[in-house]
Amino acid sequence: MSAVGVRLADVTAGDEIAPQIYRVTRETLVRYAGASGDFNVIHWSHRHALEVGLPDVIAHGNFTMALAARYLVTWAGDPGALQEYNVRFARPVVVPDTDEGASVEISGRVVEVKDGGLVRVDLAVTCEGLKVLTQARATLALR
Amino acid sequence: MALDTGFIGRRYPPTVPYEVSRAKIAEFADAIGDDNPVYRDVAAAAALGYSDVIAPPTFANIVTLEAAYAVVHDPALGLDWTRVVHGDQRFVYERPLRAGDEITVVVTVESIKTLAGNDMIVLRGDVDTVQGERTVTSYTLLVARAAESVDA
Repeated sequence: MSAVGVRLADVTAGDEIAPQIYRVTRETLVRYAGASGDFNVIHWSHRHALEVGLPDVIAHGNFTMALAARYLVTWAGDPGALQEYNVRFARPVVVPDTDEGASVEISGRVVEVKDGGLVRVDLAVTCEGLKVLTQARATLALR
Repeated sequence: MALDTGFIGRRYPPTVPYEVSRAKIAEFADAIGDDNPVYRDVAAAAALGYSDVIAPPTFANIVTLEAAYAVVHDPALGLDWTRVVHGDQRFVYERPLRAGDEITVVVTVESIKTLAGNDMIVLRGDVDTVQGERTVTSYTLLVARAAESVDA
């Protein structure tokens, strides 16, 4: 993956950013638990997930947030372009113990290009057609 | 039970310094499947003007969540942490975290509200280097859902 991203001159309010689909499996969650230090049992134990009323193991909300940040900074090229980033954890990503796991689809839209190169982007983050993150929006400084 | 709004503005002591390492950054980038070389290759980071490899934007969660949990478990605050869910998360960036940074988090109770029996508390986490440079500010909304008796 190249670090070369979109140029400010090529960005206009209303632009759609190409959607991406990310596969999330139990292995993904185990890796994220280790990397983040969040070992909450609902992210790896089917038994414990059921005990608290969940249908199955769910992804860390912060993992889904990290995926959407990855989507944003891949578009921007430089991760340091991100100035502000907000999400609401609306619905969990349920991850069955299958080879396919779950699919998270992320798309974005440029809502405003301000003087000085600040660009506001709204994200749509869904799983099985339902929004898992809402109020997912970011401000990036592009050049 | 409504939380004591007297806690608004309360500031907790800084966390023990955490050293951001190249290995941990690479591990985190692997875990989120991001193969951007600025997370692994000093030369690629230098090409974008960074003095060392930088961390993905939500890397700060490693330190801010732990700091927030320490506050959630403060018995004086009286939050029923068994009913707490992470509602919203916002980051405001000054610069990316990078390998070699030694960072601490100071958590401040930004706001407390009770809405339909749900306690809502916003914790601000100032993530500063030990030299006092602000890197990122985290705003974490935690929601303690109303006990079932309140819903009835």
